[in-house]
Amino acid sequence: MKWEFKNGIPIYLQIIDQIKRQIVSGELAPGSRIPAVRDLAKEAGVNPNTMQRALTQLEQEGLLYTQRTSGRFVTQEEEIMKQTRMQLSDEYIAELFKHLQQLGLSRDDIVEAVSEWRDNSK
Amino acid sequence: MNLIVCKDLSKTYGKTTALDHITLSLESGRIVGLVGPNGSGKTTLIKLIEHLLVPSSGEILVEGMAPGKDTKRLVSYLPDRDFLPEDMKLETLLDMYVDFFDDFNRAKAEEMIKSLGIQKSQRLKKMSKGTREKVQLILTMSRDAHIYLLDEPIAGVDPATRDYILNTIVGNYNENALVLISTHLIADVEKVLDEVVFLKEGQVYLHRNADDLRTEKGMSIDSYFREVFKC
Repeated sequence: MKWEFKNGIPIYLQIIDQIKRQIVSGELAPGSRIPAVRDLAKEAGVNPNTMQRALTQLEQEGLLYTQRTSGRFVTQEEEIMKQTRMQLSDEYIAELFKHLQQLGLSRDDIVEAVSEWRDNSK
Repeated sequence: MNLIVCKDLSKTYGKTTALDHITLSLESGRIVGLVGPNGSGKTTLIKLIEHLLVPSSGEILVEGMAPGKDTKRLVSYLPDRDFLPEDMKLETLLDMYVDFFDDFNRAKAEEMIKSLGIQKSQRLKKMSKGTREKVQLILTMSRDAHIYLLDEPIAGVDPATRDYILNTIVGNYNENALVLISTHLIADVEKVLDEVVFLKEGQVYLHRNADDLRTEKGMSIDSYFREVFKC
């Protein structure tokens, strides 16, 4: 996995976000086993407790599950994947609107610009 | 478990106050950043824990004991400057560490040295600064200690060497041990920290969980540091 961290946002939230992306995009396959906390922490260059905190939250959200002896796995439940995909895409759209509104576009202008972009960029 | 406890701890050098009534507890399983500008008391605190200095007043306890011979067994210390005889070959240094410290894991140290491609027949003085820093860190982290005191472990080395040093610290994480890293290069270190202690003019300005602090302030610890210690 590749990890990149920005300033000013708690690291565990950034880890959660990056793992979600990898799960939704299929980079982390459903049902696959993820490395141990210590190894993931070393790979990302972050504190193991921070990594643990992120994984615990991902478990609570149902994206990962633990099997007592064999480790931690990516969910196979499609409903959860779907919800996560929607959540991430909502975040992107909100971000897009925010930036374009800062440039002075109205909400309708943005919708129009997006559909124009779709038609022209094939 | 609290491994280091300071109660109303002060240290003065003549008329200069280096530490001013500090009360602080540090737990096992944590990587803690000790940050503050030059002269804020970081090295003094570390030297008190290591028993290179004695308190002027107040109390400091390392695993419940006053610092001394017994606590030195538990504490692995990396000073902020070169501290090993520079004429020695690395091989001899390893022998020396085996003699000095019961908890020194020679196999572990040798493995790390090998993976870096450093020759054991090399003398310290022939090594680059970066290599010397790596060797000193490897020796320090290869003890199975309860407390690791790292005084400015990444000062003056290139970014790739910094990454190596930080990865070594994270890779050696042990839930029963405490790692205390003093630094003013916060941006490089902050993502490996659980907790951060800000020292300001010899006092504890704050002691917080690193991610909680970032959430509360909405900025990196580095940015917050620059705000608090703006000159």
